[in-house]
Amino acid sequence: MANDALNPVLAELRERIGRLEGSVQRARQALPFDVAEVDQALPGGGLAFGALHEVAGGGGGTVDGAAAALFSAGIAARTRGKVLWCMTRPDLFFPAISQAGLHPDRVVFCESDREEEVLSAMEEGLSFGGLSCVVGELVRLSMTASRRLHLAAEKTGSMGIVLRRWRRQNEASDYGQPTASTTRWRISTLPSERLPVAGVGRARWLAELMRVKAGECAEFEIGAPDAKGRICLLPTSGDRADQTTRWRSLAG
Amino acid sequence: MPADKPLVVIARRGSRRWISAADPAASKLGLRVGMPASKAQAMVADLLMVDAAPSEDATALERLALWALRQYSPVVAVDGADGLVIDTEGADHLQGGEDFLISGLVNRLRGHGLTARAAVSDTWGASHAITRLISAETTVVPVGKVTKAVVDLPILALRLPAETIQSLRVLGVDTVGQLSAMPRAPLTLRFGPEPARRLDQLFGRVAEPIEPIRTPELVEVAKNFAEPIGAPETIAKYVRRLVDQLSAELAENGLGARRCDLAIHRVDNTRQHLRAGLAKPVRDPARLSKLLCDRIETIDPGFGIEKLVLVAVFAEPLEERQVASALIDEEIADITPLVDILGNRGYRLFRVAPVASDVPERSVRRIPATAPDIGQTWANKWPRPSRLLAHPERIDVMALLPDQPPVVFTWRGKRRKVVRADGPERIFGEWWMRPREFQAVRDYFVVEDELGERYWVYRAGDGIDPDTGSHLWFLHGVFG
Repeated sequence: MANDALNPVLAELRERIGRLEGSVQRARQALPFDVAEVDQALPGGGLAFGALHEVAGGGGGTVDGAAAALFSAGIAARTRGKVLWCMTRPDLFFPAISQAGLHPDRVVFCESDREEEVLSAMEEGLSFGGLSCVVGELVRLSMTASRRLHLAAEKTGSMGIVLRRWRRQNEASDYGQPTASTTRWRISTLPSERLPVAGVGRARWLAELMRVKAGECAEFEIGAPDAKGRICLLPTSGDRADQTTRWRSLAG
Repeated sequence: MPADKPLVVIARRGSRRWISAADPAASKLGLRVGMPASKAQAMVADLLMVDAAPSEDATALERLALWALRQYSPVVAVDGADGLVIDTEGADHLQGGEDFLISGLVNRLRGHGLTARAAVSDTWGASHAITRLISAETTVVPVGKVTKAVVDLPILALRLPAETIQSLRVLGVDTVGQLSAMPRAPLTLRFGPEPARRLDQLFGRVAEPIEPIRTPELVEVAKNFAEPIGAPETIAKYVRRLVDQLSAELAENGLGARRCDLAIHRVDNTRQHLRAGLAKPVRDPARLSKLLCDRIETIDPGFGIEKLVLVAVFAEPLEERQVASALIDEEIADITPLVDILGNRGYRLFRVAPVASDVPERSVRRIPATAPDIGQTWANKWPRPSRLLAHPERIDVMALLPDQPPVVFTWRGKRRKVVRADGPERIFGEWWMRPREFQAVRDYFVVEDELGERYWVYRAGDGIDPDTGSHLWFLHGVFG
């Protein structure tokens, strides 16, 4: 409306009333991956702030969640502000996380003994508002819990990332259960490219976008986050098809 | 003052002078508390004697009580002339349990040059008696085991007047068990109600509330209720009002609260306490009341609450500071309120900071969440696994010595073929930490199996010299 530009007070009031009534969805910001193919698959051109996202590993990663943690750290590194990382198992090795661009001064860890406490710490962190990103390592995530987390995130505009890791690999079939998260990712490792010399190169991951609200599922072959937390798209390897079917059969 | 000479403290009343305290050297020579000073001088030739200063002792004890009030529990009081009583209920888990609480307390006092004995039990009376009569430094009496613990103790520490104890001993009563076996009526007729009351307090049959120590400097506000209250909403309302009053008083004194205690007095003369700790001094009513109202569900109102008392037991000067107005850059929010909220719920909050060490498990240290920014990160740019196992796990390996990566390894019962590998990265032991590491070596390899999963494995030793390690292989971390 032309009036809005002239009178910012009125525009702000309209927005506030709209928010109270819940009729107008607030224009949400998104964090782009800066990889065109990935950003196109996500509505808003990136991972939405003020929303909940789920990340899990595939294969052995369902238990250790190593690739998923690095992927989440890469996302958190590209946000601005402090990060709260809630967990029950303190096996994260921070030198690796800092290599993905997340500075140790930015991360506050919150260690607890029980799963439910992780949920309540995440909710508190998301509704606090001063954090850019809240990461929580969880085994179970029910519909109710995820909806609460999503609402808390929506209110403040912080990004919530639930890092799912299970005790045993066959429990990962739980990942099919519906939750209120906006996107759901599975990060599995793929054999990396052969280098001309002996040694290992950049890790190659299969990032499956298993679920996205108002969007289509997709699969990407990406390179692990670099020193700034940015992923890159790698050319598709020849043996990809049988790899993915194998993961599916493992994860049920 | 020479440390090796025996030293005693002499108390006096009128012309009578007696030993009120003796150091270990003096006790070894047979000097006892209560012995006349002239007898002690006759027994030991070059005895150092210091005059007692009871009022200074009392002041020092009060200072100690205030310190304990800040550190350990909301309910601390001075017990007699030589002790402190602390209500540890609901406060012990913060120090890792009752054992750690009292051993830590005794050790910290020892660090300040004080010898102390501590006991935890169900009742004030039992703890009082055990600390004074049992020579163990720390004693923890399990719940419900007070009777067994005190039944054989002498009646000395029953907190009775000296004359009563003397008369009871004349009657042949030496231990608590003998006294409690005596019929109550003749006992009360002869000595008054005191022995029976002290016995009941010792066994926990009657309540003995501890009146916490207070000083004029402590900022305290209270609210009495004409009708007892019990509903959580009502409690929250009055807590908010009390917090408003407290913040106003703190502002008057230019203080901010670091620890706040809410004492809840119930109609049945029992008390509960809620403690809220803060990382930095605060007098913002909204933040303080959120911390206290967060835990209202833990209050058991019983038949009703008749009084609420809010004390800032630990206050620090708080100055208003001007913050730079942000024109361009976004303000990074101060997260101390969140740290306070989560910290008071019992979460372990920390940040990590780099340590200049190549040994992976030593390269990270935990620092408080509200510590100032370090600004540094790990200087090492070699690949590191995102998950590090707490204890390296043994793996069975087929590898060429001395410096080839494994070809095949078996971890957790699964055999993996190594397709790509990088290494070795040699890490030497730190002999300045432990002399035994003088020759120790670890050779780390990054290995990738057929599925693309990457692991960080190492061989203890350099592959040639058996002095450098056992040449066994371990898996230490998982890469993403």
